[in-house]
Amino acid sequence: MENRKTVRKWFWVWEFEKEEDWLNEMAMNGWVLESVGFASYHFVRCEPGEYNVRTEMHAFDESYVSFMEETGAEYIGRMMMWIYFRKKTEDGPFDLFSDIDSRISHLDKIGKVLAVIGGANLVIGFMNVFSPSRAGWINLLCATLLMYALGRIHGKKESLEKERLLHE
Amino acid sequence: MADGFALTESTYYILLSLTRPRHGYGIMQLTEELSGGRVHLAAGTLYGALNALCSKGWIIQLPAEDESRRKEYKLTEKGMQVLRGEVARLRELAANGEKVLAEE
Repeated sequence: MENRKTVRKWFWVWEFEKEEDWLNEMAMNGWVLESVGFASYHFVRCEPGEYNVRTEMHAFDESYVSFMEETGAEYIGRMMMWIYFRKKTEDGPFDLFSDIDSRISHLDKIGKVLAVIGGANLVIGFMNVFSPSRAGWINLLCATLLMYALGRIHGKKESLEKERLLHE
Repeated sequence: MADGFALTESTYYILLSLTRPRHGYGIMQLTEELSGGRVHLAAGTLYGALNALCSKGWIIQLPAEDESRRKEYKLTEKGMQVLRGEVARLRELAANGEKVLAEE
């Protein structure tokens, strides 16, 4: 029986929760994430439900990784600005955020990155749109997509903020 | 005391845990223990909160004694003041709640 497999799969940035759910579903079915690549996930066999997997956007930070390891989590890897951890179910519950404030600041962080990359694409796009290569249209397309992503992230943030009006 | 705002439950339990030096995992464990398992601090939330509390000057990171990479934190004088202020505020909240409900 094969002990490793790679799955190619694409998630949009606003689907990070869906991605995490999928990774945990895989772990439930006996495949735990071992490493990540661009739109590809490498799994290794595990006992069904042996691991919980979590992902978040976080700038590279050695001290964060060692902090997570102290709490029993295992660093899997990173792709772009997303970092992946797993923890054995027997070592206790595993999540990255336990209150609304930290969920909001995570969405804020994602929003800022999208705004910066989106803004840069917009500027480059406008500068190049009349150039002979017409490459600017690609940037403008990227900018549109990134702005759409920003809107989705903002929507998530707004619903959390509404919730926070009543409780933390 | 706490800039006039109420502390979040996470902040409250972090400060409470740091009346003695503790590392991150120790804070998570004590919080669960004190709250009878009701309050769970997730690692990412805790990490962000510790950094925020350090920059506010309510806690400090203790210099590492040996090679072990576990960083310990402790409440500062200012943090202790905030914590005492919060306990007084919570006492007032609870007392008011009990007073009003007793009349019902």
